[in-house]
Amino acid sequence: MAEPVVSSDAAANSQAEISADMREISRQYAESGVVETQPRIDYAPYRSSILRHPTKDLHHADPETIELWAPAFGQRDVHALEADLTIQGGGEPIGERMTVKGRVLDGNGRPVRNQLVEIWQANAAGRYIHKRDQHPAPIDPNFTGVGRCLTGDDGSYSFTTIKPGPYPWKNHHNAWRPAHIHFSLFGTDFTQRMITQMYFPGDPLFDLDPIYQAIVDPKARERLVATYDHDTSEHEWSLGYTWDIVLTGAHRTPTEEDSDV
Amino acid sequence: MSEQLVPTPGQTIGPFYGFALPYAGGENLVDRTHPNAVRLHGTVYDGHGDPVPDSMLEIWQADAEGNVSQEPGSLIRDGYTFTGFGRVAVDNVGHYDFTTVNPGASEPGKAPFIAMTVFARGLLNRLFTRIYLPEDTQALANDPVLSALPEDRRSTLIAAREADGSLRFDIRLQGDGETVFLSYPNHRADS
Repeated sequence: MAEPVVSSDAAANSQAEISADMREISRQYAESGVVETQPRIDYAPYRSSILRHPTKDLHHADPETIELWAPAFGQRDVHALEADLTIQGGGEPIGERMTVKGRVLDGNGRPVRNQLVEIWQANAAGRYIHKRDQHPAPIDPNFTGVGRCLTGDDGSYSFTTIKPGPYPWKNHHNAWRPAHIHFSLFGTDFTQRMITQMYFPGDPLFDLDPIYQAIVDPKARERLVATYDHDTSEHEWSLGYTWDIVLTGAHRTPTEEDSDV
Repeated sequence: MSEQLVPTPGQTIGPFYGFALPYAGGENLVDRTHPNAVRLHGTVYDGHGDPVPDSMLEIWQADAEGNVSQEPGSLIRDGYTFTGFGRVAVDNVGHYDFTTVNPGASEPGKAPFIAMTVFARGLLNRLFTRIYLPEDTQALANDPVLSALPEDRRSTLIAAREADGSLRFDIRLQGDGETVFLSYPNHRADS
């Protein structure tokens, strides 16, 4: 067998080769009878993961002191207008206006209150404001694709934005990422910290994408797909999606005083 | 309220977080002119021993007295309040710098450490680790996490103190000297 390609910028393999590898991993997973809920960190079809995942088992630790708390963020850190990504430029960004809203919960179903949520995304043409992004699609001068908010007392968040476009990358030849919004989340203790990506229902690129497919369990993958919600859409204004996020369980029972900052 | 929900899967931070997550002053938990300011720095390496130029690191720690801050203001620092949180993107050669203080022991006899989270393009889920201070060798010997590790792995969690007082902590994602990464009890259900 040839030495695997360890770069996601090499575009060395065909989609058919990558898809065959992903199918084989899915087949082995289905036969294993084990249920996984998180992505594999060792997932060779995503080429740049090959040299960047630990090969030794994670070491079990009981969280102590600092790990039982999360940093506190407040109004000092985040302005309410940062949750609207469509008003950050001098004019209206181009694309399909949308809102996404939901709740951040911990593994016990408790709302994560007054905590920081950060998002970033490509514009409607599939282009990020990042010098590394050389995809020849237009930059929108009225759209940075960056937003933040604090969750409410019920763990709720809401962003108004433009629906991101899919974009090409070089993991393999003719590779395209399904449209997604990156989410960064904190819980009530540091062990709940996570970064993930929210996808849109019915995307034809799901089966072809090694980052999405690195979550080998089909039900687990679907937890990253938002739901179109007509009640969240606004008359003559925007389309609405809902997406709830569940963090791992807190190791310390949060109190009413938590995040009352 | 004890309903058990299945956690949402993580995903890689990807390559394009630079415009969104790092922020001015993120790496400075205290100002460099703070009388107890300490440089914490190192390099992130991949399995070939090459620097990883697109990694983002976060630290979370107690103050010099071992107290956990619950003060806001990490994103817009006032220059006086210790919030305990820092975030930095590594540079083009995989190197990072934080300016902070040595965390105090949270309880007498406990080995002080800084909690760290590692994100990178190519890393499909975040990794957690700890940065222990090297000085209190008795406390390090009694630490439950460290004492459960063989010596060669244990040393990956202990920062080196440099001649100027800086802490040096390299992160090796894979291979020789691979850093010990942690899972916590409530992660276990997820894989």
